[in-house]
Amino acid sequence: MNSEISPTAPAASSSTVDESRLRMLWREYAERRGAVVALIVCVVLLAAAILAPIIAPQNPYDLSVIDIFDSRLPPGSVNPAGFTYWLGTDGQGRDMLSAMIYGLRLSLFVGVLSGLLAISAGVTVGLIAAYAGGAVDALLMRVVDFMLGFPAILVALILLAVLGQGVDKVIFALVMVQWAYFARAVRGTAMIERNKEYVEAAISLGLSRPRIVFGHILPNCMPPIIVIGTMQIAHAISTEATLSFLGLGLPITEPSLGLLIANGFSFLLSGLYWISVFPGLLLLVTIFSINIVGDRLRDVLNPRLQK
Amino acid sequence: MTTASAETPILEVRRISKRFARTPDFAERLAGMFGAKFDARVVHAVDDVSLAVKHGEVVGLVGESGCGKSTLGRMVAGIIPKSDGELYFEGAESAMWNAAQAQAAQLAVQIIFQDPMSSLNPRKRVRDIIGEAPLVHGMVARDAIADYVSDLMLKVGLDPGYKRRYPHQFSGGQRQRIGIARALAVKPRFLVCDEAVAALDVSIQAQVLNLFMDLKDAFNLTYLFISHDLGVVRHLSDRVAIMYLGRIVEMAPTTELYATPNHPYTRALLEEVPQVGTGKRIYSVVKGEIPSPLNPPPGCHFHPRCPHAMPKCAIEQPALKQVAPGRFSACHLNDQN
Ligand SMILES: Nc1ncnc2c1ncn2[C@@H]1O[C@H](COP(=O)(O)OP(=O)(O)OP(=O)(O)O)[C@@H](O)[C@H]1O
Ligand code: SF4
Ligand SMILES: [Mg+2]
Repeated sequence: MNSEISPTAPAASSSTVDESRLRMLWREYAERRGAVVALIVCVVLLAAAILAPIIAPQNPYDLSVIDIFDSRLPPGSVNPAGFTYWLGTDGQGRDMLSAMIYGLRLSLFVGVLSGLLAISAGVTVGLIAAYAGGAVDALLMRVVDFMLGFPAILVALILLAVLGQGVDKVIFALVMVQWAYFARAVRGTAMIERNKEYVEAAISLGLSRPRIVFGHILPNCMPPIIVIGTMQIAHAISTEATLSFLGLGLPITEPSLGLLIANGFSFLLSGLYWISVFPGLLLLVTIFSINIVGDRLRDVLNPRLQK
Repeated sequence: MTTASAETPILEVRRISKRFARTPDFAERLAGMFGAKFDARVVHAVDDVSLAVKHGEVVGLVGESGCGKSTLGRMVAGIIPKSDGELYFEGAESAMWNAAQAQAAQLAVQIIFQDPMSSLNPRKRVRDIIGEAPLVHGMVARDAIADYVSDLMLKVGLDPGYKRRYPHQFSGGQRQRIGIARALAVKPRFLVCDEAVAALDVSIQAQVLNLFMDLKDAFNLTYLFISHDLGVVRHLSDRVAIMYLGRIVEMAPTTELYATPNHPYTRALLEEVPQVGTGKRIYSVVKGEIPSPLNPPPGCHFHPRCPHAMPKCAIEQPALKQVAPGRFSACHLNDQN
């Protein structure tokens, strides 16, 4: 009877189980060089955003260090004090590089925080819909369809027009336009998981509903949440940039990448390209890298979903 | 539980039924709005079944695919509610249970599933799969849970050294043992084994069946053993019930059922029992199509396939009647002689 005691599974010692699982995922992910580069870019950008006060040559919010006579200097200019503006200065004499690092910090903060809040809201709604079923499910999904029926940017514009400017309001608007994506995706996955026998086993073991939904079903819905979450962060960053560009997003005192682009836009025709183009490029690289990472995560995590 | 005596069955169902309403899909609802008639068809997955299981007994439940075996097993295990009928655990009817009794009955009856992969949560380690419920229910203290899990793993033939692993790192037979340990962890008295070995290799099947029998004595268990295969059930069961399209058509002590089957359906099943050890799994062994449970034949459900069918069989449903001491059969042939 004990003849099959020793598992035929890989002979890993039990402490490395978790690690080898992650390592397997990583090896698969790393098969695409481009995805690895994109991930490195994301990590560098994130680190730059977090460390902005330390690494930025100048504090763009500190008016005392900004000299209006240094305004509109082209990239590589050196001011009389010996300070080099590697990416030039903007209309107020701010160091573009510093402004961009701080802008990135704000853009990522808004994108990631609104993404996380939207995930929490969407996942809760999706799980409730899937587990409750029936009328609750029908009602919640109608609301989701309704939300997804409008273009995100339009909803956000209307919300901000009503609420006014501010980081908190932008985040609120972004959560409002994003949560429904998560709700729909999570509901779909949870419906499949709910019918699996491990859920029936949990019912038979007398476990409570919240424990089954959040402790058993939710962890199995993580792959799509991670993938959509990544994509939605990129989406939120670009939506915020659009809103700020249109003058409805963040206040002028807290310039995100979108606002920097907008500020430089009027100079573009007079040949002062750097004020607008550099933040634009940074925004592009950021969104592009996040999307590539998200794409690769989708490929890597999906086969596991079907197993 | 005041009425419990030595003779009280540990578990009994009386005239229990389960109906699944097929909910109309979107296209049908749309068609309905334009006046098309949609017949809200109902599947009688389990239709008026009565069954009593004594302490320590092993009852086999056999029938072809879709006859309602799993549905009956799930109702018994408290996973899905019944549509009709009564369910008794140790003499107490489910409608009369207070919260504590309901919880006790829920834990006392556990189920082992066919697919050892989908029945284990792939995101949980073995120690959590086995240890979660007893911990949550306060059956075992937190500092004692590690030993408790190790002990259970040993008892089902698993090496406790692997308790930090995930289900996908085990073989099919080992996974089934994990499922068994998980059920045993809440100290059940009654196990529903739903095709518990059907997905395993033949060589492993025998090992797991032996494990069930060892555990029966060690843990004082009673079994409802569900299978589509009369051969598997024969060596384990004290009694066998044969199901056809939601109804029990014959019930008898094992030796008598195999020696002198009464119902024509049982006889047909027995003629086609696959040879032990060939590993052939035949799901529909009797000539003719299994009728759709959405639209079962009137009278005796078996009449379109029965070689002895008479005019009466298509009209009148035969009742499950005692044909000899301890033997029951639902066939009009028994009324004639
Ligand atoms: N949740 C459900 N909703 C609707 N119909 C169901 C549901 N569960 C089972 N049925 C139907 O009830 C009938 C009996 O199903 P059940 O799973 O109990 O059969 P079974 O005897 O276990 O068959 P198998 O050998 O295939 O496991 C089938 O016709 C099935 O389609
Ligand atoms: S009742 Fe009639 S049709 Fe049904 S099994 Fe008996 S003889 Fe066959
Ligand atoms: Mg079944």
